[in-house]
Amino acid sequence: MMTQLLAVSQPVPAGPVVQWGWVTITVANLVVILAMILIFVLALVLPFPAPREDEDR
Amino acid sequence: MSRPSTSDPSLGSEPAARRGRDTWTAALTRWVEGLVPKGQWLPDRQPVYVASWIYVFGVACLASLVVIIASGLVLTLGGVTWWHSSTVGHFFNSVHLWSVELFFATMVIHLWGKFFMASWRGNRGLTWATGALAFFGSLGTAFTGYLIQTNFDSQWISTQAKDGLNAAGFGAYFNVMNLGQMVLWHVSLLPLVVGGIVAVHIVLVRRRGVAPPIGAADPTTSLPAPDPEATLGAPAPEGRRTESASVRTVGSSQGPGA
Repeated sequence: MMTQLLAVSQPVPAGPVVQWGWVTITVANLVVILAMILIFVLALVLPFPAPREDEDR
Repeated sequence: MSRPSTSDPSLGSEPAARRGRDTWTAALTRWVEGLVPKGQWLPDRQPVYVASWIYVFGVACLASLVVIIASGLVLTLGGVTWWHSSTVGHFFNSVHLWSVELFFATMVIHLWGKFFMASWRGNRGLTWATGALAFFGSLGTAFTGYLIQTNFDSQWISTQAKDGLNAAGFGAYFNVMNLGQMVLWHVSLLPLVVGGIVAVHIVLVRRRGVAPPIGAADPTTSLPAPDPEATLGAPAPEGRRTESASVRTVGSSQGPGA
């Protein structure tokens, strides 16, 4: 029970942040946003797998 | 005296159209059948431009929503504090969290793709609007999820939100520091709202068809102009979603009506 209470009462650390002037963002959020932009660009440029020949008759 | 059933064989001499108008159940049946043209609920053929990764994110978002709902239903069995004391509860809580992360990531990439494609073209304004509403409804649902973690994180968020809502003049209408109220908002009220909006969004996508890239032929507009009187509940004109000869399709050899 004490372990559970301790687990609940521990503050959740925000993690490291980066700052440019008035912009402050956690590294975790920045990584997620950059990954989304990368996936978006890849979705535009990567070729989509072609359908199998027997399905395109 | 009650009205005779439309399936009564003794009414064979009565005009079918007249019988169809007699009951609200028949009218409701026709309305539901007319929401999406026959064969378009789960079409097995799509215009060739759909064979692109950018068209994947809408259905990826929908798949994430299915996992969110399924893991959320499991979490309701143990309650909001279950995940603190059970490894099973913690597992499903994590599945719920990460499916939400995927849901928002795929939804936002879907939004970017549709924005730069100007997907409101071709009479798809309502599809765009319901997508935007689904986005904002999902934000509210996610925020109430943060409030019911039953830890210091949720306590901090709820007090900050309470201050903000009080300052904006909304504090008297609902209390973000009331755990019971926020649990019900998160697991009942807001999922119903989001689910309803998503359902309308999907019906509209099926009715209008997926938006083509800018410059590509649109199979829905290369046909005769749609009926301006047509509404969401009215049966769509026959053949409106049928692919034109100018647009190649991908999929199985069955036609759109199969």
